[in-house]
Amino acid sequence: MSEVTIPDAKLTRKDFTSDQEVRWCPGCGDYSILAQMQKILPELDIPRENLVFVSGIGCASRFPYYMNTYGFHTIHGRAPAIATGLKVSRPDLHVWVVTGDGDGLSIGGNHLIHALRRNVVIKILLFNNRIYGLTKGQYSPTSELFKVTKSTPYGSVDYPINPIEIALGAEATFVARTIDVDVKHQQEILKRAHEHKGSAFVEILQNCNVYNDLAWESVTDRNTKADNTLVLEHRKPLIFGKNRDKGIRLRRDMTPEVVTLGGEIDQSELLVHDETKPGMGHILSRLGAHFPTPIGIFRAVKRMTFDQGTHVQMDNAKKKLGPGNLEAMLNRGDTWVVE
Amino acid sequence: MSEEKGATAHTEAPPSPKAPKRREEREEVVIRFAGDSGDGMQLAGMQFTNETAVAGTDVATLPDFPAEIRAPAGTLFGVSGFQLNFSSHEIFTPGDNPDVLVMMNPAALKVNLKDLKAGGIIIADTAEFTEPNLRKAGYETNPLEDGSLDKYQVFPVDITTMTLRAMEGLNLSQKVATRCKNFYALGLTSWLFTRPIEPTIRWIQNRFKKDPELVEANLRALKTGYFFGETAEMFAVQYEVKPARLAPGKYRNITGNTATALGFLAAAERAGLPLFLGSYPITPASDILHEMANYKHFNVYTFQAEDEIAAVGAAVGAAYGGCIGITATSGPGLLLKQETINLALMTELPLIIADIQRAGPSTGMPTKTEQADLLMAIYGRSSDSPVVVMAPATPGDCFYMAFEAVRIALKYMVPVIFVSDTFLANGAEPWKIPKVSELPRIETEFRTDPRGFQPYLRDPETLSRPWVRPGTPGLEHRIGGLEKEDITGNVSYDPANHEKMVRLRAEKVARVAMDIPLTEVRGDSSGKLLVIGWGGTYGAILEAVERLRAQGKSIAHVHLRYLSPLPADLKNIIPLFEKVLVPELNMGQLVKIIRAEYLVDAKGINKIQGQPFRVSELMEKMQEFLEDS
Repeated sequence: MSEVTIPDAKLTRKDFTSDQEVRWCPGCGDYSILAQMQKILPELDIPRENLVFVSGIGCASRFPYYMNTYGFHTIHGRAPAIATGLKVSRPDLHVWVVTGDGDGLSIGGNHLIHALRRNVVIKILLFNNRIYGLTKGQYSPTSELFKVTKSTPYGSVDYPINPIEIALGAEATFVARTIDVDVKHQQEILKRAHEHKGSAFVEILQNCNVYNDLAWESVTDRNTKADNTLVLEHRKPLIFGKNRDKGIRLRRDMTPEVVTLGGEIDQSELLVHDETKPGMGHILSRLGAHFPTPIGIFRAVKRMTFDQGTHVQMDNAKKKLGPGNLEAMLNRGDTWVVE
Repeated sequence: MSEEKGATAHTEAPPSPKAPKRREEREEVVIRFAGDSGDGMQLAGMQFTNETAVAGTDVATLPDFPAEIRAPAGTLFGVSGFQLNFSSHEIFTPGDNPDVLVMMNPAALKVNLKDLKAGGIIIADTAEFTEPNLRKAGYETNPLEDGSLDKYQVFPVDITTMTLRAMEGLNLSQKVATRCKNFYALGLTSWLFTRPIEPTIRWIQNRFKKDPELVEANLRALKTGYFFGETAEMFAVQYEVKPARLAPGKYRNITGNTATALGFLAAAERAGLPLFLGSYPITPASDILHEMANYKHFNVYTFQAEDEIAAVGAAVGAAYGGCIGITATSGPGLLLKQETINLALMTELPLIIADIQRAGPSTGMPTKTEQADLLMAIYGRSSDSPVVVMAPATPGDCFYMAFEAVRIALKYMVPVIFVSDTFLANGAEPWKIPKVSELPRIETEFRTDPRGFQPYLRDPETLSRPWVRPGTPGLEHRIGGLEKEDITGNVSYDPANHEKMVRLRAEKVARVAMDIPLTEVRGDSSGKLLVIGWGGTYGAILEAVERLRAQGKSIAHVHLRYLSPLPADLKNIIPLFEKVLVPELNMGQLVKIIRAEYLVDAKGINKIQGQPFRVSELMEKMQEFLEDS
């Protein structure tokens, strides 16, 4: 099952484009994500037939139809569970899950958490547009408080969920965030997610230009994004700003603060990012309103995967008991013969 | 019995009886063990079942316990019982009324006495008939002493004290030592009915092999009980039940859930495919997960999911990858899985769902039996969504129907719901072990040829679509829950296509009817009354019908193992009878289908008490019905 066939000719982006017409609204952020995926896949040297995209329900979940790979458009919120059964029993496949903030964090929150804690080797892309698009504009679990939508004409009164914190809290071994229109960064993060040996969670800040336009404007607008985005780099100090003159430092009580570099403060005082450090991801994911939005990899650590654990146990059982013998199994325990 | 004797009896030859014991032969005996839910009555019952099965009698069991693991001691609601019927002829039910009650406390006696046959035997642990326990059970005076049990044969035995004495010299707490009393009761009962205790000895040695002290303690309890029967003067008679003349072959004792797990395993082995069981713990289905978790040296994956939906979802994912995908649950779980079952139906992937029914709705009575999920299994999904539904009739039959469920799911690329129940799941019977070579091979083929490939191009005979494992070069395609265009499998909103696809999916299930055995009619092939049953009521209905037939009544029995689609020949059988009666442990579900499908004025016999039918109550109702007409 694990034999790898090297394709004769290098695959191109076109090889990953299906014959189906893409049906997202013009201007939707999903187009960019689809394009980045189709761009990076040829670089990964995986036979096309070994790729499977599994999705739930929602705009994002139409993704598999547009990929010329194996694809399974399933039901609302359940993609991580379905992908788990597939990946555990088919370790030879590369399984990606495409979900959204409603699909993955509302109806499917439970499955997302458990797939991550198990460390099933599936790559989960959560397109976060902070709105229900396919059902035409209701607020989502990531919508800001007091969001006025069709279903909340007086404003929503439930506090939004923080996808990165959920993933970290679920003991995910790879947690990252990127932005639909930041194509370079996105490609880099998708590749890192692919390379990670374990489950990967990637939140992609994505614009719904019909029902929640400009929800991420502060991090996508050319004029403001440098001041509002903190690009996380492994073992590098946390510096941001148009002029790269702002940084993040920890106070004595371990709370972060934004400082301006130059004068009395130099880089050596800044917090240095480390993807493997426990707690680092939590600090960064909870910076709050007066801080830039971090993008990049919050956490990347190694842990036994669920797939490995399962197969090691099965192999050990075969070594200890020999290959299963049905006749013996049927005749197990006390038996007697009637003449 | 002196202390010394009690403590050493296990190592010495049994003392010779003070008075010669008489042996009486019995054809059939029904015993009910009962005590607190922590008293180990289920274990004692299962072990007695095994002893008598190994001794060659036929046997049928009815475990009946509360949902509480250790309910408050001495209470009426905490009573756990295990009834078994063993016989020198073939039997089909655990028996209506016990001949023997083995009662570990007053509450057990209070709950069970009403069922005891006149003149029946009561063995009671006198140590537990204390003032507080009597009060908890609602007794004003001690029934063992006040003469109220005079019409029965009562054997008051101080089981607890004698068990504790047998433990002397062992380093056990009083609590642990007391827990061995179920084996004392078992030993005594085994002696009284001349059952061999060797299978139990082997079981104890194996179960406690990591703790020699516990092996010794339980063996002492078992043997002390056994030898007490032999020695004590109060037991003047020993009963014997001769082996039954069962069909020749090699047998083992099996419960429905174990048979179900083995049936799935056997099917996977005969199909040469890996098996994936996704399950979430739920009474009474968890034992299937427990059993299959031990099959890791076969190509069996077991996955304890985060919930019922994930359990079936993972099974669908595994089926998509080329495994036999199975999920096991009970009614509340089936309800949660229905949306995912519809996904498997729409994507036409093989999926097997085992629903071990329990008494509901909602949490209901999780440890009690019922047959009220039939309509949910057949119709309980959104839209027109037929799947195959089948039901085993006996614990041993669970093996064959589980095997059959896999065969049909793979052949037709369709979800199959296997509907068992608590009575079958926990009940045991002697099972003739099949030879692997006698089990049919299940032929499956994965599509690998890209030439002319279309995801929804159907086999002209079965109407099933090709099964393609991801990883197959050149066959990359997308499936999903959106309506599919016929043949290409592309998403389609075309009105005519939708109707065509709905009808195709229904036709595929309908064609299964041509692939199942003909209906067996037990009794005359025509006559006054046809009784149609399904599932775990098989034994009770069969017995009731047979007895009425022996009285010369014009009555016959059909037991349906395939509920959707129904057997094609049933429409020819029903008109040959004047009346149709459908006994069910629900408010009347199959009867609705029979009435709707065959336009016959079928009537039901319905019981909704969490308990199986008694033969006597069925006979009474059938009799009334025969007389009415």
